[in-house]
Formats: sequence, structure tokens, C-alpha cells
Amino acid sequence: MGSGTSAQHHFAFQNAEKAFKAAALIQRWYRRYMARLEMRRHCTWRIFQSIEYAGQQDQDKLHDFFSYLVDHFTPNSNHERDFLNCKFTTERFLQDSEMEKGSDYESIEVPDNYTGPRLSFPLLPDHATALVEAFRLKQQLHARYVLNLLHETRKHLVQLPNINRVSTCYSEEITVCGDLHGQLDDLIFIFHKNGLPSPERAYVFNGDFVDRGKESVEILMILLYGFTKEVMHKYKTHGKKILKILQDVFCWLPLATLVDEKVLILHGGVSDMTDLELLAKLDRHKIVSTLWRKTRKQKGKQPAKEKAAPTSHAERPAPWLLPQSCSLPTWPLHLGSPGRHRTSRSSSIPCSRPVEPLELAPRGGSSADLGLGGAGSRQASPRAGPEGRPRSSRQKQAQRPRSPCRPRRRKTISWPFQVVDILWSDPMAQEGCKANTVRGGGCYFGPNVTEQLLQKYNLQFLIRSHECKPEGYEFCHRRKVLTIFSASNYYEVGSNRGAYVKLGPALTPYVVQYQANKETHRLTMRQRISRVEESALRSLREKLFASSLDLLGEFKKHDADKTGLITLSAWAEAVESVLHLGLPWLMLRPQLVNSSTDNTLEYKSWLEDLAKEQLSRENIQSSLLETLYRNRSNLEAIFRIIDSDHSGFISLDEFRQTWKLFSSHMNIDITDDCICDLARSIDFNRDGHIDINEFLEAFHIVEQSSTEGDTSDCPQATNTDNSGCSKPSKH
Amino acid sequence: MADDKEREGTELVVAEFHKKIKDAFEVFDHEANNTVDVREIGTIIRSLGCCPSEGELHDLILEVEEEEPTGYIRFEKFLPVMTKVLLEKRYRPIPEDILLRAFEVLDPSKRGFLTKEELIKYMTEEGEPFSQEEMEEMLSAAIDPESNSIRYKDYIAMMVVDDG
Repeated sequence: MGSGTSAQHHFAFQNAEKAFKAAALIQRWYRRYMARLEMRRHCTWRIFQSIEYAGQQDQDKLHDFFSYLVDHFTPNSNHERDFLNCKFTTERFLQDSEMEKGSDYESIEVPDNYTGPRLSFPLLPDHATALVEAFRLKQQLHARYVLNLLHETRKHLVQLPNINRVSTCYSEEITVCGDLHGQLDDLIFIFHKNGLPSPERAYVFNGDFVDRGKESVEILMILLYGFTKEVMHKYKTHGKKILKILQDVFCWLPLATLVDEKVLILHGGVSDMTDLELLAKLDRHKIVSTLWRKTRKQKGKQPAKEKAAPTSHAERPAPWLLPQSCSLPTWPLHLGSPGRHRTSRSSSIPCSRPVEPLELAPRGGSSADLGLGGAGSRQASPRAGPEGRPRSSRQKQAQRPRSPCRPRRRKTISWPFQVVDILWSDPMAQEGCKANTVRGGGCYFGPNVTEQLLQKYNLQFLIRSHECKPEGYEFCHRRKVLTIFSASNYYEVGSNRGAYVKLGPALTPYVVQYQANKETHRLTMRQRISRVEESALRSLREKLFASSLDLLGEFKKHDADKTGLITLSAWAEAVESVLHLGLPWLMLRPQLVNSSTDNTLEYKSWLEDLAKEQLSRENIQSSLLETLYRNRSNLEAIFRIIDSDHSGFISLDEFRQTWKLFSSHMNIDITDDCICDLARSIDFNRDGHIDINEFLEAFHIVEQSSTEGDTSDCPQATNTDNSGCSKPSKH
Repeated sequence: MADDKEREGTELVVAEFHKKIKDAFEVFDHEANNTVDVREIGTIIRSLGCCPSEGELHDLILEVEEEEPTGYIRFEKFLPVMTKVLLEKRYRPIPEDILLRAFEVLDPSKRGFLTKEELIKYMTEEGEPFSQEEMEEMLSAAIDPESNSIRYKDYIAMMVVDDG
């Protein structure tokens, strides 16, 4: 009662109202901030994928190049012909008898001062444990044991069926891991959290163990596989022997695994033609060479590509590529694996790849009694969906390139394509089954295809890998397909989680997620996203720079009045028409172009700023640099092949020759003198040889060493001295 | 004649808006069929420079939804509505100084900070309350673990959105 009280009430009410409004304002602002972060996160993911895909296109060009060489090259001189012959001679498969002799390793002596793990056979669980521990401590297994292990593995694998069987009666718990990509830390984490493999705890490793991570050999030795570059680096003397045997072991991996006859585990997926009986019967050892021949034939039938490429592809196989096609990766592209590509917004159509599916033939895993998994494979084709959270309602799939839909043409397919299908296919949301144009093999399969297969073989669901997912796993097709991806931080520290799935006798999938990097846990979401985003943007800026000339041309087209300015949406249009990445450029614009108040951009100075960031060597003409930049993934691949003894060095002459061949094929206009100058300037110690790593590093082509606090001993390339040379990255 | 010029000017602006809206929409169009999950609409709208409240967002969604809501929003419906929003400059973002004043309202004794408990109370009980997830996420970045409080002036400075 009394005016004081009502005034107080009124005052209190006003305050409450103010507080309410203030809170609402803060919330509104905060939600907007988070939405922006979310958008950036999605865009970042898209950048990674698009660049991966573009790298894939580079690889296509490389294959075209080799096909071209084989089909058309008439050496002008004996010298050049010898050069080619010498570089591309066939190596035969090791005969089975040679394999079984196994005398390869027995003669190798292990020095007394070797402190690494020593293995004896039959391999006991304790040995495996010791091996894991040794690798955790960064020790290296001696070549002799590597070879021994591979021999034993091969013997074991040969006995396994194409579709391996695992039962929960014997192993109470079965754990399925997806792609690992040489990330040993993830594997060790999994073993730490889930326990080491044992008869009661079987593991199935579903392909793509190797490539990209630096510890593929270790993973392989634990999981029985290896990887060329790494192998050769770690085993200089015996590396080649090891690789040869790996080739064979690789071919003996089972194709799929069946758990309790109810859950089918395969690497890629299925198609509407998948026939498990057929798959069970075929000779998986002979797959690789057959696939090579068949898919080359198929490529010849593809419609003309958008870019001018040699149109005639010989029907006959290229024998000199065969051994390499089934060997482990010969061209380790850092980012070069097919990503998704939105052809709905871009005009380029991905071409199919004749060799890729083979070399990369990832296999379904098998679980040995000792719990040591099988299924090696190679370079991955991770593609990711941008969704942060797996959808429970209508399954939204990972983004997919929507090529002008080419329906499956074949009525029946022969067995090599059966294999390609299960290794390369990806699920999609729409019903139906259509060719997987991005990967160049396999298909996109819809929920009806899954349902059909499950019913036909009386299965409950499928487990597959093959695609990177932000959360490490994703259900789709009404939870009948589970994608499991075990390489956390795949694109970049903080980019995604890894996951594995456990199955008990009830076969209910139980997924465990993780992210093997302590640092990221301490970061806020904002910091995590920023970090990953910076990495993506850096790659994107590199790509923009590499196309500077083309971009300038496009910008000028939008600037008819020659004002030096273009609108931001013109900028977006121009950039897309040059790079064909299908990215939301207007969304990315704030991070790539400094804010312009009136919606216009001075394009010349923007390009100059871009160049200033990227260029580090003034003594190379910028156009040459630009061209090399653009082709650098190809260059590395070619260099690696030329460097046939994997020594890491090629002679100046070889370098010159290679570049000449390459540039004439790719219509790159660079004078001989420039190349010589370049070669000489890179030969820092003037001994007539170029260290490949140094050369590539000169153009900032380094594998990003996964940062583990400060333990990384692989410095990024920084040109600190005149020679532009820095320590080559350790693998 | 002046009208013509004006119309042309507006047309250009509208064309620019259309491109922007399309870009943002397509980021979430996972199946490339010109639809997005309705739960992403808020993100899309906010990425286009708008700062609606939850209530305003809800109203917008009603405008762009199908007659029988499917859980998906089609681009054809979204584009004209969003274009209008941008043309009318609706839901403008909040300037930093206004934001600061909002925090100060919640901190009447002008200490320069809010305690963790106070922040939680206001954000989860007042205005358009946060979900638990939203609250946790805000706390992880905003709270200084030693003092268990948020120095809001620093926080605002840290969270600047570059619109460009």
C-alpha cells in the first residue's frame, strides 16, 4: 500500500522487463554468431572436399598422360626412347614359388645392437602386444621381421575365403574399424580404449589402412600392411623386397566379412548387381590385372571429356603399368583423392579413372584368430557430408555430385565389376542405382538397393567405410547402412572425429567416437573451426594463385568499361568458372577478399596481394612458378616414378627430360632454357642431382605433419636461406 | 527516366541478393534438389547478415514452409521471402555498443563481469532461453576458469563477426 510500494513495483517490473530484453538481445546476438560458425564449418568442409576432387582430376590427367605415352609416343631420339623404356619396363609378379620359398628374409641378419621388437613364429598375442608398444615408442621393426611377418601373413590369407566369416559365438565382441589412413595414434587409441585383439575380441579392419598418415608401416605391421614411400624410406636396403611381397599379400586379402551370417562388412558398398555367391567363388588373387584391362576398355567408351584430352585410348593394356597398378601407391598425392563435386553448379564432368580402382582396391577386412586384421588398401577416397549431426529423420546423405544421371548401362556385370562395386560404391539418399562418376568405379546405391540385397541374403544391415564423416560414423538407409570412419582429424587437426563400432551377439551396433588429439579437446568450438578453416583457406588461396592468369582474364571480361573494378558476385562467378570447385564463393568471400564497402573489388590488386602471399622465390619467373604450382601434384607423381629406385634423387637430365615430355603433353609453354635454369637452381649442392623433396618443398608442397604438441620433427618448408632449401619432410 | 534508372538499380541489387541467397542455401542442400532441412533455415538466414530473434525466425519459417509442413524448405519458396527480408533490411545485426549495454543491464553494479551462475540464470531463464547445449557452448568460450566469471567487454571483442 502506498505510492512507494507501487513505485517500487513499477520500478521492479521495469527492471525485470529490461533484464528480459537484455537477455533476449544477448541470446539473439549469440545465436547469430553460432550460425556464422556453423556456416563456416560447412564451407570449410566443402573446400577440403572440392580440392580433393580437383586433385583427383589432376590424377586423371596424369593417367591420360601415361596412356598417351604408351599409345602415341614416338621417341625422337634413341636417347628419349631409352629413357622411356628404361623408366617404364615391366616387372613381373613374383612367382608363387618364389613367394613360398621365403628365403628372402632368412638370409637377412639382424644386428646385435638392434633394440626393436623381435618376432618369432607362430606369432603369439604377446608379440603383437609388444609390437604395438614398440611402435607407440616410435621404434622401427627390422626388415627381416617385416618380411617374415608378411610371408606368414600371406600363408594365412591364402587360406581365407573371399567372404570371410566371423561369429559372435567364438568372439563375444566384434569391433569394426573403418579407414585409418596411416594414423597410428588413432589405432593405438582404439586398442587402448577397446582392448587389444584377442580370440574373444575380434577386430575387423575395413580397408584404407594406409596412405596419408606417416605411420602406415607400423599400422601395417600391426595389421600386416605397408606403403611405398614410407616403406622405402624406412627400409632403404630391403624396401623393394618388402614392397614386392606386400603386393602379393595385398591381393590375397578377403573381399568382405560376414558376421553371424547377418551383418555384411565391405569397404565401399553394394550395387543392384551385387552377387555374393559370385564374389565368393572368384579368384581374388587374379583380380587386379584383370580389372586393369577391363576398366581401360570401359574408359574408351566414355563420352568425350570436357577438356581436350587424347581421345584414343588403346584397348590393349599397358603392361608396364601393371605391376605398379597393383603395387602400393606409386603416386602419393596429399590431397588427391576424389571428393564430392557439385556438378549441378559446375560444368566439368568428372572422368572415370581406369587405374585408380585397381591400385586402390581396398578390401573388406578379415579377422584372424589372433585378432590381427586383414584388409589392406591404399589411397582413399574420402568424401564427407557436411552435417555435424547424423540425421535421424529422413536420411540426408553426404553431398554427392549430381552428374547428368547416367543410369547403369549393363544388364549383367562380369565379376571384376562385382569387386569394383563392393569396393567403390557410396550410398545415396535417392532410390535407384547409378554410376559413381566421381570415383570412376562402383555406383551410388539407394535405399531400395540396400533393402533388396538385405532381403536376398537374409541380412540385417551393412557396415562400410570409404567416406570421411564429421562424426566418424553415419547411419543411412533407415539405419540399414552404417558408415564407419576411423581416421580422426583426417583433413586437418580438428576436422572430424573417428569412430569404431562394436557388435555383440545381439548384433546391435554400438558406436564409440574419439578424436586422437588432446589439443582439440581444450579448444573451444570456435577455435577448432578457425584452425581447420585456416588450413582449408590456405589451400584454397594456393589454388587461386595458381590460376592467376586465367582469373585475370575472366575478371577483365566482367570489366567491360576497364574501370579496374568488378562486383563481388562477378568475382564469384569468375572464380568458379576458372576453378570449377563448386564452392559457395559468396559465403567464403569475407575470408578471401578484404571487405569492400560498396560491393566492388579492385581485382588486379587482389591478385597481387595473393601473389605476394604465395611467392617466395623471386628468381623464378612467376608464370613458371604458377604453372608448376598448378601441376605440382602431377609433377610429384611423375618424379616418383622416374625415381625408380626410390632413392629420393633424380638426375638433372632425367628432370629435364621428364619436364619436356610432360609439358609438351599438357601444352605448357615453357622454354627449355627456363627448365634448365630451374633445374640448375634447384640442384643446390651442384652434384647433378635433385632431391625431390627439396624441389617440392620449394613450392610449399609438404605433407602436413600431424601436430602432436611439439613433438613434430618435420618442419614446414620455409625458405630461410638463398638456396630455398629446407629440411625435407620426414615420412 | 529517373524511375527507370532506379528500377534498374533495384534489379541489380536484387540480382546480387539472389546470388547470395542461392549460395547460402546450397551449402545445406545436401541432396542437390533445392531443399534444405527446416532446422538449417536459421543458420542460412543468419549467415546472410540477418539477426532475427527466435520468435521472428519462427514467423519466417511459417512463411516459407509448405502448406503441409514436410520438414523441408524449398528454394522456390525461400528465395522471394528472403529477398524481401534483405531489401527491407529486416533483422539488422546488433551493434557492439548496444550489446555492451545489454550486458551492463544485467550487471547493474557495474563490476565489469557476470558470474557463471548469473550468466546461466539469465541465459536459461530469461529472454528466449538457451538449450543446455547452447549454454554449455557459450560457457566454454566465455567463462574465465580462474575467476569463474565472464568479463563481457572482452568477450564481445573476441566474438566479433566479420561481415565484410
